[in-house]
Amino acid sequence: MSAVDVPEQESWFHRNQQRIAPWLFLAPGLLFFMVYVIIPVFQSFNLSLYEWDGLGAAEYVGFRNYEDLYWEWVDRDAFYTSLKNNLIWLILYLAAIPAGLFIALFLNQTVAGIRLYKSLFFFPFVISQVVVGLVFTWFYDPTFGLLNEFLSFFGLGPLNVLGDERFVTYGIIVAGLWPQTAYCMILYLTGLNAVDPEQIEAGRLDGAKGWRMLWHIILPQLRPATFIAFVVTIIGALRSFDLISIMTQGGPFGSSRVLAYYMFEVALSEYGFRMGYGAAIAVILFLIMLCFIAYFLWSMYREERGH
Amino acid sequence: MHSIYKRTTAALAMSVALAVPAYAELTGELRIFLDTSNPAPRATMEAMIDRFAAEHPGLEIETTVIDREAYKTQIRNFLTADTPDVATWYAANRMKPYVEAGLFEDVSDLWAEPEIAENLASTKGAMTIDGKQWGVPYTYYQWGVYYRKDIFDELGLSEPTTWEEELANCQKIVDSGRACYTIGTKFLWTAGGWFDYLNMRTNGFDFHNQLANGEISWEDDRVKQTFANWKQLIDMGAFIDNHQTYSWQEALPFMVNGEAAAYLMGNFAVAPLREAGLSDDQLDFYQFVAINPDVELAEDAPTDTFHIPANASNKEAAREFLRFVVSADEQTEINNGSNLGQLPVNAKSSVDNDKFLQQGFNMLSSNSPGGVAQFWDRDAPAEMAKVSMEGFQEFMVKPDNADRILAKLERARQRIYDN
Repeated sequence: MSAVDVPEQESWFHRNQQRIAPWLFLAPGLLFFMVYVIIPVFQSFNLSLYEWDGLGAAEYVGFRNYEDLYWEWVDRDAFYTSLKNNLIWLILYLAAIPAGLFIALFLNQTVAGIRLYKSLFFFPFVISQVVVGLVFTWFYDPTFGLLNEFLSFFGLGPLNVLGDERFVTYGIIVAGLWPQTAYCMILYLTGLNAVDPEQIEAGRLDGAKGWRMLWHIILPQLRPATFIAFVVTIIGALRSFDLISIMTQGGPFGSSRVLAYYMFEVALSEYGFRMGYGAAIAVILFLIMLCFIAYFLWSMYREERGH
Repeated sequence: MHSIYKRTTAALAMSVALAVPAYAELTGELRIFLDTSNPAPRATMEAMIDRFAAEHPGLEIETTVIDREAYKTQIRNFLTADTPDVATWYAANRMKPYVEAGLFEDVSDLWAEPEIAENLASTKGAMTIDGKQWGVPYTYYQWGVYYRKDIFDELGLSEPTTWEEELANCQKIVDSGRACYTIGTKFLWTAGGWFDYLNMRTNGFDFHNQLANGEISWEDDRVKQTFANWKQLIDMGAFIDNHQTYSWQEALPFMVNGEAAAYLMGNFAVAPLREAGLSDDQLDFYQFVAINPDVELAEDAPTDTFHIPANASNKEAAREFLRFVVSADEQTEINNGSNLGQLPVNAKSSVDNDKFLQQGFNMLSSNSPGGVAQFWDRDAPAEMAKVSMEGFQEFMVKPDNADRILAKLERARQRIYDN
């Protein structure tokens, strides 16, 4: 009969199922990534070419916002301070990685109550950055702060860490290192669980111990943990905003600003609303981040191909 | 029977018409946004709105109170979308962006009504941009020097009126191991208050406005003179140390503990000082001293205001609400000591018996011939205010950097005002 002769008509979807399925699964993620990340990146760049107070009509000014930023750089003004502080943050914040590693090594043992110690060390990461900021603000307080009580014990001080433009950025970074170190510690603790005991055994037979053991046997196995710790620390340093906002509001006289805070100040704070200028700062910050993102993506890609 | 009934209704109608002013009964919804988020002002405002609602039973009133700081950024959103019918804000240059963007309703018609025109004349200037009025004030307060009378008595000092007396007083206070003034400049605007007074006393009220409008160079000799006067105080150790780390509230304990003798502040500082335990015998007030005898005294008296957004939906009811707020009785009520504790804007209102409010009221009405300024960060455009107040803070910490700071402010002025 004819019914037998006619080949079963496969639908288009059916035929292309294999190719479509991954895109279908990716669609929600892609959609949100486009709407919340990719499109705003281009919008920011576009906005940075305008002068706009967020209310009236936007006026096209070409690259004048960038020109103003350049002059701020030349004049050693706010933009220069922010960029310089960002660099200090980037470098000093990395101290969280070795610090986290050594705490992790120290805690990676089995004695009574080790879980309690581990959670105590992890504690600063759990509490909010706002609380960390407040605690350190009081710690640094020039009249009744613990730091000055401590210094006066040795006949030093008083030191107004958050009120002195020479120390303020370092003071805030120390506050930021407290939770960041805990974060890196947790990453390394999980990493240490995966260290192969046979390799350690083999190393021991070959006479490795102490630093040599750490450097040649342990650390290479902790590479994935180091990589993640590096990524989160760099990102944490670049988006350092909350601590500055709580501890100093960018002060005294603007000397603890970083790019993220300066952008907020210019575009969104009480005296701000230069949207175009804020967007220009955001673009600069994005370009700096892009260097790191590109590096991370490249090394991840290399890793994948290596396997 | 029939005629009696008719007559009574007529009489009833008459009496109702007499009791309630002659306007059509208001209906619909009235949405009010307030930034009075502190407990006491909040209660005051809510009570006032309840009284307004009682007079207008046909009106459905919805009040939203927003945190005072958050309000400053949210206003930009709610003036354009989902707009209330009435919103609080500040006078002078602070309302300029919204006026220029066409987001505030022109309420010059209200100001033409005799009730408002006659009684609110003193604040008209602060509400005027381009010859029109854009809202009504509901409260204002004086600035001046609040000082520890007991410390002054102990050192044998009296309230100074000239710069020489001021410096001599301050020297004695410093010699006694105290600071003359407490201040917390972490949030910058407190330094703006000092700049305002020194500048208005050195160069006068008109100069203040010209500087705020960008008409005068920051490297002008007159500005430098203001800073030179300021430096005299700084160099003698008049201000507490580390003020750049404190908010204005955190600076209060220095005065309460007697480590500092005085505070240049707005009248809102009185309440926390009293709560901290200072009695009215210990606490007193004097007007900031004259510096240049050739300029007339002028004061800072920031005014808080109500506006009708241009996109409001019930503007008729909103206007009625504004009339209600500035009426003499309401002004007396909301500004009295148990409510806002500030000065009423209506000339027919009575000022609370509080000694600070009385002194402030007398000062502003009879001893401020030069004029009344709003405040540096309300008179100058936001951007200039920010940059300059940062400069003031730096100057107070490092007075030797004055020239560098002024050069920076001059660069900022040329950028900010040129468009």
